[in-house]
Amino acid sequence: MPKNDAAALMTGTIPFWNDPDKRAIIYQILTLAAVGAAAYYLISNTLANLARQNIATGFGFLQKESAFEIGESLIRYSAADTYARALWVGVLNTLKVSFIGIVVTVILGTVIGIARLSTNWLVSKLAGIYIEVMQDIPILLQLFFWYAIFYENLPSPRQAMAPFPGVFLSNRGFMFPVPESHPAHPYMLLAFAAACVAVWAMQRWARKRQARTGRIFPVIRASFCLLLGLPILVWTLFGAPTQMDAPELSGFNFNGGLSLSPEFGALLLGLVLYTAAFVAEIVRAGIQSVSYGQVEAAEALGLRPAMVLHLVILPQALRVIIPPLTSQMLNLTKNSSLAVAIGYPDFVSVANTTINQTGQAIEGVLLIMACYLCFSLLTSLFMNWYNKKMALVER
Amino acid sequence: MDERDVADMDEIKPPKSQTGIIGWIRQNLFNGTFNSILTVITLFFLWKTVPPLIRWFFIDSVWTTGSEACYTADGACWSVISNNIRFILFGLYPHDLQWRPLIAIALLVALLAYSRDRRRWRRSLFYIWATGLFVMGLLMKGGLFGLENVDTTRWSGLPLTLLLSIFGMVAAYPLGVLLALGRRSRMPAIKSLCVVYIEMIRGVPLISLLFMSSIMFPLFLPEGLTINKILRAQIAIILFTAAYIAEVVRGGLQAIPRGQYEAAESLGLNFPQKMRLIVLPQALKIVIPPTVGILVSAFKDTSLVVIIALYDLLKTTQSVLSNPKWMGFSSEAYIFIAFIYFICCFSMSNYSRKLERELGAGERH
Repeated sequence: MPKNDAAALMTGTIPFWNDPDKRAIIYQILTLAAVGAAAYYLISNTLANLARQNIATGFGFLQKESAFEIGESLIRYSAADTYARALWVGVLNTLKVSFIGIVVTVILGTVIGIARLSTNWLVSKLAGIYIEVMQDIPILLQLFFWYAIFYENLPSPRQAMAPFPGVFLSNRGFMFPVPESHPAHPYMLLAFAAACVAVWAMQRWARKRQARTGRIFPVIRASFCLLLGLPILVWTLFGAPTQMDAPELSGFNFNGGLSLSPEFGALLLGLVLYTAAFVAEIVRAGIQSVSYGQVEAAEALGLRPAMVLHLVILPQALRVIIPPLTSQMLNLTKNSSLAVAIGYPDFVSVANTTINQTGQAIEGVLLIMACYLCFSLLTSLFMNWYNKKMALVER
Repeated sequence: MDERDVADMDEIKPPKSQTGIIGWIRQNLFNGTFNSILTVITLFFLWKTVPPLIRWFFIDSVWTTGSEACYTADGACWSVISNNIRFILFGLYPHDLQWRPLIAIALLVALLAYSRDRRRWRRSLFYIWATGLFVMGLLMKGGLFGLENVDTTRWSGLPLTLLLSIFGMVAAYPLGVLLALGRRSRMPAIKSLCVVYIEMIRGVPLISLLFMSSIMFPLFLPEGLTINKILRAQIAIILFTAAYIAEVVRGGLQAIPRGQYEAAESLGLNFPQKMRLIVLPQALKIVIPPTVGILVSAFKDTSLVVIIALYDLLKTTQSVLSNPKWMGFSSEAYIFIAFIYFICCFSMSNYSRKLERELGAGERH
């Protein structure tokens, strides 16, 4: 046999089952055929079942009247609106809880992560206990727990707790006053946007000037002044309106002010407390990844502590921190789908109601998957952009 | 210098404020103004919160009374647990047969304790586990050796949670390894199939897969053929976990130097031999710690089946709480469940840290 093989090699007539290239093609064809056959089997079964059970197909139902109410919505919505609009309300609710959740989580997680590294034994141990306990309890259980606390232990609106004047805590949610709408507000927002642009321009200018002349401009202090000062300036120009829209008890519930439902509160609290434990671990690992020699070298160059943090530790730590941090943000967004269990009308919960009403399970589940795939695709696009940016900085 | 001076110098000890308890407190709690303020604030906060909590937990609480005593008690009502412990743990499983899941769980704990030691990781351990799982299945299902048959629809509570997680992990692991190999493959069709699968599953929440299992799977099957609800959820959990394991294993495969692959090829090993004998043993060893992380989160994620109305540990608790007699004592019940989950997850992650230390120590020499 070996003789034959050698001869075959010499003449170039290898049997096709011994040629890796041809074998690869055969494997791939077999795999594709198997996957295709499985898909065909499932799809044909599904079509047969749908036809037998008289279930409508296609996304035509999106234009029909939804006929269900949604507890809270960022846009105007009523039961007479279409399913498409109901689902859009769900998307906005998901984005709302995710966005607020991510901002609070990053802040809380950073604080706990730094506390874990504190030289203060008590603070460090407490942070460690927090991280361990929160990571080891399922998020769904935590959501149920907070929801039960809000629902069972908070008083009814009539006996609502008032920790601060104008702020009320009851089992209908948290009510707090907001400034009454005034023509000044859009202009204040505009001023804030202008301040952001100005800060960005100032940063560029300050960096260029520092590179050219070596003189340092107090960028952080100036930014604070701009970001706070411009909106306040506009506010005073409009005569400093201080009229507040405060919640008031009328009948069995509160009117006016801004209210957060207990569902939203429980979801936000659960997501933030759970994810902050993971973020804290990421922040701790990131800061520890910068070797102490870097700090010593920076101090030897005569940098002040704030500058050591800003110029030496953070740029290096952030490179380690940002990628896992983004995946935690995505996790928080995905975990917000557990809202369906406590009745907050997020996208999955609205889609679930839609499925129950229309019976079009396949379209509903596909919509849910497509929506979350979009979120994760956007996140990975950001990650790729960030990694490229970081790679350029590296020499 | 005479001898007495030398003796005195030897006896000079570090100042009292640097050693012992006081020294430790100074170094760890009051080093610097900021830390001192922090310590005082933290101590004040602890003093305000911990004693009332302890009073609620242990002193004012009731443990084994009926529900009436709970409404008058100031503290926690642990009676909600002690009165319903059998339903919370075993759910709908026939009441007088509940010794069977109890023995199965005890067997599982014994097996886990036995496998803790890395020296026992031999081929025989695999057979021990296979036998153990078979016995556990037999105990749960019955139907042989005079054990009464218990329908799978009545499996619930802690056994269901453990079943979903253990079979989820056991089945997802080989699937994950296959997917990781597929993703590293040079064949474009196989590679893209695996990439699409992994990225798609990782992009969606588990709950959407569970919805799919509970409302879409029945449509996939030909008329008349139905799959048990637990099995459907189990499939969804396996498909989900496999994608995450695949990514972890891929990290391990990438960490193996090219020379190992080339050496295996130059020895004339074919692909399965190369992977089984050379690459995978090293790659899987590297990724043990992150794999345990995936297993911990898979274990926690099994709690999501409550949303598709499977009677896992969380659902049995909720149905106890929906009984008017025990309404309003959710915190106590949830704390108990959280404690069970915590013990399981903490021992898993603790074990992973221990393994990491041991394996790391082996690498360093």
